[in-house]
Amino acid sequence: MNDIATPVKAKTPSAEELALIKKFLSDTTLFLGPDPEIMQNHDLMPRTEAEDEAIRKMSDAHTIAKIRDRIQAGCDEGYEMVEQMGAAPGAKWGDVITGVYSASGDLAIASAGGVLIFSALVHHPIKFIIKNWMNDPTVGVREGDGFIHNDSRYGNVHNTDQSMILPIFHEGKLVCWVASTVHEGENGAIEPGGMPSMAESPCDEGLKMSPFKVAENYEIKRDILTFLQNSVREPKLQYEDMKVKLFACLRIKQRIEETLKTDGPSALVSTLRLTMENVRAEVKRRISEWPDMTVRTYIIQDSTLRENCVVKINCKLTKTGDRLIFDFRGSAPEFTNRPTNTIVAGLKGMLAQVFLCYVWPDLPRGQAAFAPIEVITDPHSIVNCSYDAPNSQSLMSIFTGFTAGQHAVAKFLYSCPEKYTKVHAPTFNMINTFIWGGVSQHGETLGNLCADLNGMGAGATVDRDGEHALAPIFATMADIGEQELNEEDVPFLQLVSKKMTRDAIAPGKYRGGQGYTMIVATKDSEQWGFMTTCQGAKIPPLQGLFGGYACGAYPLSKVKGVDVYDVLLDTPEKFKHSIEEIMNEQPFEGASYTTHHMGMGFEISKRGELFMISQGAGAGYGDLLERDPAGVIRDIEQGLISPAVAERLYKVKFDPATLAINHDATAAARDAERKARVARGVPYAEFVKSWNKPTPPSHLQYFGCWGDDVGKLYMGDVGKYREAAAPRPNYMPHPKDVRIAELEARLAALGALGGEKQ
Amino acid sequence: MKVPMTEYLCVDLDSEKWECRVCNHEIGPATKGYKEGMLVYDRDPREIHPPIIDPEKYRFTFSPDPEWVRILEYYCPHCGTMVETEYAVPGHPPLHDMQPDLPALRAQWAKRGEVTVPVVGPAVTADQGHSH
Ligand SMILES: [Zn+2]
Repeated sequence: MNDIATPVKAKTPSAEELALIKKFLSDTTLFLGPDPEIMQNHDLMPRTEAEDEAIRKMSDAHTIAKIRDRIQAGCDEGYEMVEQMGAAPGAKWGDVITGVYSASGDLAIASAGGVLIFSALVHHPIKFIIKNWMNDPTVGVREGDGFIHNDSRYGNVHNTDQSMILPIFHEGKLVCWVASTVHEGENGAIEPGGMPSMAESPCDEGLKMSPFKVAENYEIKRDILTFLQNSVREPKLQYEDMKVKLFACLRIKQRIEETLKTDGPSALVSTLRLTMENVRAEVKRRISEWPDMTVRTYIIQDSTLRENCVVKINCKLTKTGDRLIFDFRGSAPEFTNRPTNTIVAGLKGMLAQVFLCYVWPDLPRGQAAFAPIEVITDPHSIVNCSYDAPNSQSLMSIFTGFTAGQHAVAKFLYSCPEKYTKVHAPTFNMINTFIWGGVSQHGETLGNLCADLNGMGAGATVDRDGEHALAPIFATMADIGEQELNEEDVPFLQLVSKKMTRDAIAPGKYRGGQGYTMIVATKDSEQWGFMTTCQGAKIPPLQGLFGGYACGAYPLSKVKGVDVYDVLLDTPEKFKHSIEEIMNEQPFEGASYTTHHMGMGFEISKRGELFMISQGAGAGYGDLLERDPAGVIRDIEQGLISPAVAERLYKVKFDPATLAINHDATAAARDAERKARVARGVPYAEFVKSWNKPTPPSHLQYFGCWGDDVGKLYMGDVGKYREAAAPRPNYMPHPKDVRIAELEARLAALGALGGEKQ
Repeated sequence: MKVPMTEYLCVDLDSEKWECRVCNHEIGPATKGYKEGMLVYDRDPREIHPPIIDPEKYRFTFSPDPEWVRILEYYCPHCGTMVETEYAVPGHPPLHDMQPDLPALRAQWAKRGEVTVPVVGPAVTADQGHSH
């Protein structure tokens, strides 16, 4: 025992000493990590003196509307530039945003299209720059500077998205910022494509760029660029898109300068500030029209992308007066070595998307729309993860969090007379697509994905079916792109593409929009592979609405030991155009046919082997017995549902040859089914006696709270949990070690371990 | 006054009861969850989301795994309308999913007046201008 450890009564430092300590600490900061003060706050910055003064000089609503439209058009122009010139598939198909930020860093006006999740996220790195680099003599913020950023811990969805950020000066004074953000794909992580599901720590996730300067005098610095190019698998893409983003920002800057010339800086500053303040006030007014209520829901993630398990996203949404509070406490604890965690800003960005795209699409795009809405989470949880947790697959938690929000919000909107959209069942939320990488037929190293992730099926609404393969929940104006164009650059074909997957349904009075089949096979490269990063092969990642059903489950199927290109050449009649036929009929002799969950780590493929998946369906709305029989027949005719399944579920009676509906028989069958429901249904009080269990089932690895007890978070086992407010490590074993242990146990049971020394 | 809260449910602000909008059956007190007045059925998810590939041959079939998730179907005890579904982990207590603040609801609707048909919301129509 030494003297130093002996506790002594601390002396209270004087004010002078406190100031000295503070100065010492700030002068000797070893590391500027993500700043919780910045990262936990999504509200608008307080109005500055400069903004006050600008508003005093100009607050005319018509002038503001005019300038806002000009800036909006400038943002849209920048967006178009990135979309047209960007090299990343994400850029080409709209996984982009451009925007103008206030001098304090709030996103005031964003491009109308693109990924609006960024609208509540990419203000964080600008605030970091303002706080830390502006007055740092070794960095500084000057006219002509450009800053790059991708590390989600400083404010981003995941580090496959890169931003270019430019300060805009007028007569030497900073008036605003412009930025452009693109889902670039490749970022040098342990797997190609930028979203590694194998990452077990942030160090496996590739480039982690905290905000730093990469351009001076509007020129990209070659030394830093070369370093960045060496850090990723696609050096050409890295350079090209940095330039594209820089030039998009410069175009927006040009539009801002035109405004500065015609209307002066006060008008610009006033427009940015008042746009945000007005949107924020309008959002509070709209919320006050909702019923005061608490709505509860949960969404289950059925895997970590490495193994199947049950991971709960718990959501309680409470509206009181003009306050709206998302309470995600009770959601699963963060995984210490799985990348499905998200920083809380990512969750907030995606919730902002619920409102900007699905509830109030008329509002100006920007940070203000979500600013007054409150979010509560447990610390170190899967929806508010710590600095040390990997988060390259944050989409899994961001998207299921979105769906919890979308599902809860619908229950508020139904009774509210003031509507800007129709009440909407949850849209499909998983990126069912192939991520790919390797060396192309042209000898280039590539790593990216098929834009089919943008083909999520839409949820049904109050008066119509969901649309098929409509749009991704994170970018409702995005496109699926042309697979044929993509195939000029990559060494594989989508042998089946855009064909609806029959019977992968979400039934209801109005059914969900369905997803399509994708069958891919590598052709012209010996160094090419695929990965898939989705949940939902065992448990649907949605809930239905008002009696509608969610979607089903979506697995990955593989056929190996076949070169399908030889088959197509020699015996083309053997090839089938659906997963159903290929897997059930097994037409290729000697091939192996297997199924898997949708978290396939990067896997090198051989020529002609098949990888097969389907996009998913949005949820259904309302009781399926109320579905118009003609709609059911139309679904049969369009190959969405097989006749037997349609008849069994929807109780529609029709002639099997002509599909002519027998309306009387249908009405009778539906009446009989309603009576059968009343006969088989059990009164609630009696039902819960046998159904409710005090703990999660022992046969499932369960993560999160059970029932209403949000204070106790289970960590994979009934006996293993943490207090919600007291984080603990949550390690998962390697799935191969789990499998080896299982097999060794079987060998041991058989006495076949062969006396191996331990 | 009755306030339509979902496709199939309304709250009668005078009696403070949940009611079925299809058959007007009085489901139960609106101070409690409407589910408490419903019939419940524990549905095997494979019946709704049929296996697309052969369950005899494959581990994953496009059907949800019935040991991992069930569908709780809530029926109006009078007319048999399926008022709500809930995809639930086996044994997980049903959620009290809608808990309105009745005095606040009454105050809000006192200003509005009764509606019998809820507002549907604006339709999205195709733009006529630009095509090629
Ligand atoms: Zn009824």
